[in-house]
Amino acid sequence: MKLITAIIKPFKLDDVKAALKAMTVEGMTVTSVEGFGRQGGHTEMYRGAEYQIDFIPKIKIEAVVADHDVARVVEAIVEAARTDKIGDGKVWITPVEGIVRIRTGERDDDAI
Amino acid sequence: MDSGNVTWILVSGALVLFMTPGLAFFYGGMVRSKNVLNMLMMNFWCILVVPLLWVVVGYSLSFNGKGSMLGNFGRAFGRGFDFGGIEPAVMIFLATFAAITPALISGAVADRMKFAAWAIFVPIWSLLVYVPVTYWVFAPKGWLRARGSLDFAGGTAIHVNAGIAALAMILVLGKRKGWPRDGAPPHSMPLVMLGTGILWFGWFGFNAGSALAANGVAVQAFINTFLAASAAGLAWALVERIRNGHFTNLGVASGIVAGLVAITPGCGYVTSMSAIAIGLIAGVVCSFAIGMKFKFGFDDSLDVIGVHLVGGLVGSLLIGFFADPKGLGFDFTPGLFFGGNLQLLGEQALANGVTMAYSFVVTFAIAKALNATMGIRVTADRESEGLDVTEHVETAYNNAERTMGRSH
Repeated sequence: MKLITAIIKPFKLDDVKAALKAMTVEGMTVTSVEGFGRQGGHTEMYRGAEYQIDFIPKIKIEAVVADHDVARVVEAIVEAARTDKIGDGKVWITPVEGIVRIRTGERDDDAI
Repeated sequence: MDSGNVTWILVSGALVLFMTPGLAFFYGGMVRSKNVLNMLMMNFWCILVVPLLWVVVGYSLSFNGKGSMLGNFGRAFGRGFDFGGIEPAVMIFLATFAAITPALISGAVADRMKFAAWAIFVPIWSLLVYVPVTYWVFAPKGWLRARGSLDFAGGTAIHVNAGIAALAMILVLGKRKGWPRDGAPPHSMPLVMLGTGILWFGWFGFNAGSALAANGVAVQAFINTFLAASAAGLAWALVERIRNGHFTNLGVASGIVAGLVAITPGCGYVTSMSAIAIGLIAGVVCSFAIGMKFKFGFDDSLDVIGVHLVGGLVGSLLIGFFADPKGLGFDFTPGLFFGGNLQLLGEQALANGVTMAYSFVVTFAIAKALNATMGIRVTADRESEGLDVTEHVETAYNNAERTMGRSH
């Protein structure tokens, strides 16, 4: 089992969700986050004074998938989230030691 | 009793009362989300405390008397009024003016003033500064008015007075931690725009209501209020577009308020095209005036000095050029452009100079006295954490869907 974490542009969330649903990924968790990478922040202007905004809004998606699904799920996220412009985000993969579905008590691959 | 006049005065009183919550949102949107409730409370405090003080002694000392310097107690405790005339309506209408004047100062002291000190500052300042200045400028026998200076709705007595008091306060209070290195952009521009709209709406009562009658002067003041605000908002927006490349909401809001401030003293003394000119001039001048604080190093958080002091001075001095008794159809000194000489401009300069000197010195003394006794500034930790939680034990935005455990 692997945890797939993706940071994407907020307006790409619907595309990514549709792509993952289409390949029967059973669930995902979405969080509004702020951060910066190579894209950096942006500037805002209030009463003529310029403010450097370093942390810009992004969406973090988390989904746990079985090992044999990892490659195509990552591929699907990358395809759906890409705009070819700076700030498209990143996807990373983390090993997961165990899962429990709270309602039934099912474990690991059965709980995905 | 003229029912039309009394109706208009009472409706105007309600309109002006609404300006203080409007100002609270205008300022509240501009501060960070950890300090917004403190800002709202500073403003609402003024409409709790000042109207009581006004009816008990404030009005009587500000308007009722035959001397040149200060009124007497003839109308104290709400007594001595003839309810067959308009005076009691005028008295309560003016309570809302007294309330919003110290509220204007809150924008300068934002993010760092101890609330207990503000709570005491407001009534003291009202009695020691607002009351005498109002008598000099507005009361029939007040010495600045008797000399011939003009202030229709409160440019000198309210905006210049509060603007210079704001400067005295922040010189005692000091800069916010990290200012000017760390910026504090507005936490909610929609609140700022909403507050601006409410201020504009209420300002029709402030200016046109100051005719104290439902007549042609009130109509001209209403028109002028509308035009000057539009013109100044437009001017500020254009300055920003040319200077910085964009039209900004905050620029438009600031311009509208600057225009409203600037037309306040002259709204019943100038005609429509002059109101547009005053608005355009105020919008441009104030959009540059707000940069002064960075040059001189005083931390006027929300530009009370750049907008209210400068806007009030611009509007008050421009009466010396634009006052037009023939156009308005009643008797007062004409300005330079309408058949007058430099006499009116001189009186305007004197009235504002005296007001600034008196208000600055007395406000500075009040701030020093409060600082020496109770302290006027929150601790550095409280300033960092935010005044909403530390001063008022409340949070503006409880977004999480959580319950809170009740402690006993």
